[in-house]
Amino acid sequence: MSANDEHLVIVGNGMAGHRLLERVLAHPHRPRHITILGDEPETAYNRILLSPWLAGEMDRSALTLRERDWYTAQGVTLIAGERVTAIDRQARTLTTDQQRRLGYDQLVLATGSQAARPGVPGDDLDGIHTFRDLRDGERLARLADTGGRAVVLGGGLLGLEAAEGLRKRGMTVSVVHRGPHLMNRQLDATAAGMLADELRARGLDVITGARLAHYGAGDDGRHVANVALEDGTTLATDGVVEAIGIVPHIDLAKTLDLATGRGIQVDAYLSTHDPRISALGECCEFEGTTYGLIEPIWRQVEVLAARLCGDTPAPYRELPCATKLKVSGISLYAFGPITPAPEHDVLTYHDPQQGDYRRLLLRDGRLEGAVLYGDTAAGPWYFQCALAGQDLSAGRQALLFGEHDAQPLLDTPDTLSEEAA
Amino acid sequence: MQHHTTCPYCGVGCGVTATIEDGVMTGVEGDRDHPANYGRLCVKGSALHETLGDHGRLLAPRVDGREVSWDDALAEVTNRLAAVRERHGGEAIAGYLSGQLLTEDYYAANKLFKGFLGSPHLDTNSRLCMASAVAGYKRAFGADAVPCNYEDLEEAELVVLVGSNLAWNHPVLFQRLRTAKQRNSLLRVVVIDPRVTDTCEVADLYLPLKPGSDARLFNGLLAFMADKDKLDAVYLERHTQGLDDALAAARDEATTLAGISGDCELDAEALETFYYWFASQLHVVTLYSQGVNQSTSGTDKCNAIINCHLAGGKLGLPGAGPFSITGQPNAMGGREVGGLANQLAAHMDYHTPGAQALVTEFWHAPHLPEGPGLKAVELFEAIERGDIQALWIMATNPVVSLPDADQAKRALAKCPLVIVSECMADTDTLAYADIVLPASSWAEKDGTVTNSERRISRQRGMLPPPGEARHDWWIITQVAKHLGYEEAFEYCHPRDIFVEHARLSGYANRADGVPRLFDISALAELDHAAYDALAPLQWPVTAEVPRGTARLFEDGCFATPDGRARLVAVTPHAPRQAVSAAHPLRLNSGRVRDQWHTMTRTGRAPRLLNHRAEPYVDLHPDDARAAGVADGALARLHNAHGEARVRARVATAQRRGEAFMPIHWNAQFSNAGRVGTLFAAHTDPVSGQPETKHGAVALAPLAIAEEATLLVASDSGGLSERASLAYWARMPLHHAERWQLASDAGASSHDWPTWCAEQFGVAATLWCEDATSGRLRAAGLRDGRLVWWLMVGPPSELPGLAWLDARFGDIALDAEQRRRVLAGCASGEADTGPVVCSCHQVGATSIREAIRGGDTDVDALGARLACGTQCGSCIPELKSLLEEEVAHAGTDEALETA
Repeated sequence: MSANDEHLVIVGNGMAGHRLLERVLAHPHRPRHITILGDEPETAYNRILLSPWLAGEMDRSALTLRERDWYTAQGVTLIAGERVTAIDRQARTLTTDQQRRLGYDQLVLATGSQAARPGVPGDDLDGIHTFRDLRDGERLARLADTGGRAVVLGGGLLGLEAAEGLRKRGMTVSVVHRGPHLMNRQLDATAAGMLADELRARGLDVITGARLAHYGAGDDGRHVANVALEDGTTLATDGVVEAIGIVPHIDLAKTLDLATGRGIQVDAYLSTHDPRISALGECCEFEGTTYGLIEPIWRQVEVLAARLCGDTPAPYRELPCATKLKVSGISLYAFGPITPAPEHDVLTYHDPQQGDYRRLLLRDGRLEGAVLYGDTAAGPWYFQCALAGQDLSAGRQALLFGEHDAQPLLDTPDTLSEEAA
Repeated sequence: MQHHTTCPYCGVGCGVTATIEDGVMTGVEGDRDHPANYGRLCVKGSALHETLGDHGRLLAPRVDGREVSWDDALAEVTNRLAAVRERHGGEAIAGYLSGQLLTEDYYAANKLFKGFLGSPHLDTNSRLCMASAVAGYKRAFGADAVPCNYEDLEEAELVVLVGSNLAWNHPVLFQRLRTAKQRNSLLRVVVIDPRVTDTCEVADLYLPLKPGSDARLFNGLLAFMADKDKLDAVYLERHTQGLDDALAAARDEATTLAGISGDCELDAEALETFYYWFASQLHVVTLYSQGVNQSTSGTDKCNAIINCHLAGGKLGLPGAGPFSITGQPNAMGGREVGGLANQLAAHMDYHTPGAQALVTEFWHAPHLPEGPGLKAVELFEAIERGDIQALWIMATNPVVSLPDADQAKRALAKCPLVIVSECMADTDTLAYADIVLPASSWAEKDGTVTNSERRISRQRGMLPPPGEARHDWWIITQVAKHLGYEEAFEYCHPRDIFVEHARLSGYANRADGVPRLFDISALAELDHAAYDALAPLQWPVTAEVPRGTARLFEDGCFATPDGRARLVAVTPHAPRQAVSAAHPLRLNSGRVRDQWHTMTRTGRAPRLLNHRAEPYVDLHPDDARAAGVADGALARLHNAHGEARVRARVATAQRRGEAFMPIHWNAQFSNAGRVGTLFAAHTDPVSGQPETKHGAVALAPLAIAEEATLLVASDSGGLSERASLAYWARMPLHHAERWQLASDAGASSHDWPTWCAEQFGVAATLWCEDATSGRLRAAGLRDGRLVWWLMVGPPSELPGLAWLDARFGDIALDAEQRRRVLAGCASGEADTGPVVCSCHQVGATSIREAIRGGDTDVDALGARLACGTQCGSCIPELKSLLEEEVAHAGTDEALETA
């Protein structure tokens, strides 16, 4: 095994930073010196599991991706609990809030994102939380332990996971969603309606099409006690979780005079215009797109890891991606447009009692979008078909039933079987 | 317990060994010792036990729609028949019987009608089947006597199949022929049929002749034999007369090969090959069936064939002879007792010298008619005219099977008294019955049948008739007794009838004049035990030949006054029903492999309906294209007599300009599937057999809006509202009924799921839709149980229905079955268990298998199955699966070492 002598520094020990580290370490030409910095005190953990952990479905230990001794064994320097405060591009050094100084040959910014704030009166009150990291999770767990009421703002993936987690821990929870139906960026009204019905049946209070007006304080004037909506409704609460979206974390990058839009702008090899500095994950922006789902970020990791190890990888490109949700017992799978265009052929499957729903959008025999609720087994195959742009006309009659029903029809050559004379 | 009996379907008459356990027939197999089949059975025979059961059976007598006791029913039958006879005479009464009846039933009915009611009008559905063959034999041999036996097919050097789809209609004989051909490479088979059928599989030479040109073909053969000096001059000289006239008639038209091949639309070289083979072989069997008989010149065609055998001396020896194969199990038994309108009794006709006196004396009959009665088609015309005032139908369904079948409906509707003896509760004919008498069926009936090779076999009663059903001979006997003829009908058992029948066959036979060939007098002394144990044997069975007779006319002596066979001068005639510009397609009809007659029995066995599930028409691609009918689409055939709505099957097996429809479908199974409505009632002037192989029809697409397939649980009461549909066909499955439906093009759009919800009281529980393509599937569940299943769209998109059928038998669907129910089949993929990895949809079962296969950590699982490689949220679950499996493996090892 040969190695290069460069020093790779990864700023950010979240999902993206850690995945990059794992991929680089797996490469035969890994940089000899690697340092990874994170502002959280722990080793890397799986942020996606915060929701099930909050819901009490798994132990804290299950979240840990790697223990400290692993870093040592891999020859990686882990600096946890320190925040990078300054970078000198000319000197190729960085400084942390502990006044630690480090040189780098290659620097990767994987600083992630932060929760978007609604910006309404009262948003500085105590008891208003976000749900991004372990600290947030611990605070929410403590809130839940008091029983009582909670309001979750945002009926997207994260908001619903947080709401379910709190409900399972014993709280009475309202979800306040601005869109016309839950997860309106991923689901059509039918699937969202089924989801809302299921969540309501579990005891969640789901309010859609609702705009937040302001937060109200309790008697102490410090702690949030109610959430007022624009239609005049007031929801009494003991705490609030804001899950209305994310904002790329680019404060550091801005100090470096790197090009930024909503995120740190990168090219198809995840490089900023400073060839020594790369960015990936939720903090970066590529061709105007920023990121919140894991799938494209993992592909970014592959490109960047290869480049940092001296390979010439295929450039990163934007691909459609599918949304999956598994809030214990609820399965969703969706990709593509939500609203059918007039030229779309719409195929639907309904079993409301069992809670199964599928809707496929085809254009000229090609699958462009799918929403699956309940039975999502066929989701990945649909997604593959859509990516491949395959003409599915021959299997259309069985398309709603999945690969094993449709594939034989697609495989049959489209010739009339003349009956043997 | 095992019983030996005889199959009730085709005229082969196979021996069947049936197993009865706790009063239920659990299985059937071929009787290895029966000479007709030596253990073989066809698919219909193999499914006999699947067609039994009380459901759908007629269980009680009905008079004017009310269920009554047998006493009341018999009294009504008797009183009403007596009243008709009182007012209009015996000639106003008629009976219409069936080759499905046993010989004993037939005998009793014949005796009652002709001997005691004084009616000559006792005919049978055998008229539609082999009347021409009977007439042909009688003209040639002086008796209705099949000279051959089945072994002759195996011993022949040449077998010529004319108008016979043996493979479908007599499958066991076909198997015997095929086996013989495998054993004897010199055995050649010629198939002569306008249609390419499955029978062609064994053909060395296939002649797709023009329909109706058979007589021309065999006249040409006779002339060819004469021209090539292939006549058997010695045989002709000693044993025949009429050659000169026959040959002159044959030569009346051009006898050049070119002339004949032109008229028959055959390839001249193929024609010459056939002629050469026939002329040069001695051991030739010509086997013919309905393709010859069902014609307005059917008798002539039979004689044209027989002429060639006589002229070549090709009969009366092993492996040779003109061999008519009957369609029904006991058409022959009916012929033997004289159960046709032109016959009197026991191979005696009205004009047979001394016959009237002989029969009157034997029966002590008070009212013997003086001459022949009306044959089937004439009979129904007479009924419509009002000449016949009372009709008793037994074991047949004339509303379906007669030509111009709607005329039969009109006749029955008009007839003041219609009595129907029937074993099924719903048939098209029962709708016209004033009095309905529940009859026993195959597994219950006890008696004898005669197959196509003159072999009398016992059919044995193995199960008690259900409800109030009674045997036909008993019903006839009771009516006779009520009419006051106790002495003549003192039968307590079918054996009593059989021995009387045997006695009559020998009564004053050979005394003087021409002996009657049908003589089974050696069986006249059978006691009950001997009758019960009667082994299959071929008539004649006399004191001289007590073990029966394998082959007739071996001595060259025929049943004519001079003992010589007759060659009959035959002038070919075109079919009466001619095609025209308005009705350009020739319509042929026949059986399908897995159905029998009007499906009252075979329609009960789902696997028999799998073969051909719907009424259909076979079409040549050019004709289909010209009419705008696609393969698999619904088509409409029509002419002045009626119309049929059937599924089109397009293939070149059909000659251009010709269509074929099966005879089986009727109002119980489809809305317009009766081929009989499309034939004019033209008959052969000699035999009275109708021309049901040669109709003239127009073809058009059926105007429909949408097709749908509906499956309904068997116990849901069926589909009551169907009048608004352009087409329907019903197909029983094991746990459900399948309905193939089409909505009318003219009707406003049909909301199928709502319609189903209204029919069955269960709304659509799950559904899927592809609106742009007009496809829809839906199912209605009640408490998790499948009640109905609907697919709107072309039936070509149907899944195989076995899985769905089984789901209708489930008390409730589980979640996975429910997810598959609209697909209509089990998943093609093995169940992978509950999903563990959502990103890649990897299930627990797959993961456990991978672990057992040696993947001992998460990375290895990820490399193999991709689980845990995306969001990683399933990794904890993967780990616990790994732990579980490792623990399991440990336990297993511990157990193994313990």
